[in-house]
Amino acid sequence: MTAGRLERLGSYGVLTLFSLLAIYPILSILFLALHKKTDLVTGFAFPTHLDLSSFKAAWTEGRFGTGFLSSFIVAATVTVVSAVLSIGTGYAFGTMRFLGDRIVFPIILLGIIFPYEATVIPLYYDFQDVPLIHLHLLNTYWALILPQIGQSVAFGTFWMRAFFRSTPRSLIEAARIDGATSFGVLWRVLLPQARPAVLTMSVLVFTYTWNEFLLALVLVSGSQSHQTAPLGLSFFAGAVRAGDPTKVAAAAVLVAAPILVVYLFLQRHFVRGMLAGAIKE
Amino acid sequence: MAERQSAGAGLLRRLRPRRRDEPAPGDPRNIGWLYVLPGLAFYVLFTLAPLVHTVYYSLFSWDGLTAKTYVGLSNYSSAFVDSALRSSFVHSAVLIAFYAVIPVILGLLLTAALTRHPVRGFRFFRTALFLPQLIAGVVIAQAWTWIYDDNGPLNWALREVGLGSLARPWLGDFSWALPAIGTIGTWVTYGLCMVLFVSGVQKIPSTLYDAARVDGAGAVREFLAVTLPGLRGEVLVALVLTTINALRSFDIVYNTAAGGPGGTTLVPSMYMYQNAFLYNKVGYAAAVATILAVTIFVLAAIVLRVGDRSERA
Repeated sequence: MTAGRLERLGSYGVLTLFSLLAIYPILSILFLALHKKTDLVTGFAFPTHLDLSSFKAAWTEGRFGTGFLSSFIVAATVTVVSAVLSIGTGYAFGTMRFLGDRIVFPIILLGIIFPYEATVIPLYYDFQDVPLIHLHLLNTYWALILPQIGQSVAFGTFWMRAFFRSTPRSLIEAARIDGATSFGVLWRVLLPQARPAVLTMSVLVFTYTWNEFLLALVLVSGSQSHQTAPLGLSFFAGAVRAGDPTKVAAAAVLVAAPILVVYLFLQRHFVRGMLAGAIKE
Repeated sequence: MAERQSAGAGLLRRLRPRRRDEPAPGDPRNIGWLYVLPGLAFYVLFTLAPLVHTVYYSLFSWDGLTAKTYVGLSNYSSAFVDSALRSSFVHSAVLIAFYAVIPVILGLLLTAALTRHPVRGFRFFRTALFLPQLIAGVVIAQAWTWIYDDNGPLNWALREVGLGSLARPWLGDFSWALPAIGTIGTWVTYGLCMVLFVSGVQKIPSTLYDAARVDGAGAVREFLAVTLPGLRGEVLVALVLTTINALRSFDIVYNTAAGGPGGTTLVPSMYMYQNAFLYNKVGYAAAVATILAVTIFVLAAIVLRVGDRSERA
């Protein structure tokens, strides 16, 4: 029995150690951010008093008000639009058969392993002057919103299809016998139950869109008022880090904060969504 | 630094041809197209079409401003002999060891340590282990830049324990910058692997463990005979995802060592970015992007293929 208890103690020890390691880098910039430049911080930098001046300075000097607004507009639009679109595609692939569905679905799934790095070059040039309609979208929110909706629909389709397939067929059949249209079935019968699935999908899409960097770097670098928070952080760090690491640390904490807060409340959804593939199937 | 694609986790497995009979998803109703078209349009216009467009660009010599010149496959033949490109893929291979191989092995070892006894309160640890997945790559880069800083926690700790001679500005060091970036990747992924494997173990029938114990199997045997085979699917998923993430890595590299010092952390996506937007070699950058995309698709296919075969065996 003592051996068993020792082993159990060892398990908790290992878990605790690796959990702390997972948190430490985040804590370390938080500690750094709670100092100011003149503290000449070194080492673990455990803060002895609460000094928020770096946060204030970072927020104004890094123009994060604008960055947060841009990030929020982009992430919210992408989340809402791709959720609506994915509910549609997921509903069709999950409950209907139609000409070509077995060809189109795998093509959409390809989007999940899709190296979208390979799309930024034409996006940059095409958004300067959109073919056929000659719009200039570079350095606008659209340049970030449109491609990210495209990317999110791939995951969303997979996710919502899995949900709609798991709903009992009898439910749909009963509604049809009652004369419901295909939209009626979706709107009145299936969607009310889909809320948790839609929430999980939205939380993930919002997070990925909020965190996105390469697209922002390529497509909105030229307009300060459209820069997202992560892009602003990257520029701010490049300009300020050598002079004052505490300000950059504060900025980094600010950029991570909204997602961390959402994570605290909707943790289950994050984990469930990210483990999806392994657990489904 | 979770990437949008990684959310799909093992969705990849769905790309494989199915051998099991799949029940028909529903009634034949061509009205389904009405629901598919809007989403499909966004996907095709803003994801698929740009990829095709990239391949098209790769056949031209173009500075992004003046007229394009068709050059056939010559961007690819230049790529073939480009030592910078080759070393960027070598760096990717090193990153794969750090992003994929080490986290999977670490995840398996930790899982093995946990399966002998049910661990209560795993949810609490899970919250911490999952944390790196949701932090933006740019933020992760800032956090680790501080850890590796000349005055940062790592060097401070080394000096405190009398190993001050090892202290260095890690990200500025020719031989240490790449492993330093790799370590960031390990940090990002090991928790995901662990949570994935622990939840996988819970689906292995406990009768298998009982049987192994009755047969007198020790911890190692039990792991090799029961846990590892039972986790085959999860390990495969983890390997595909983390390998792809290693190949695609851009955010963390760009915001830490940015390819330097002396090109020792140059990775393919970084090299593509530099060619397209700094050196004005757009056609060549498109060829690099195409090669990267093909590499990713081929590697994913190979891992899935191998996994498929071991499933049949």
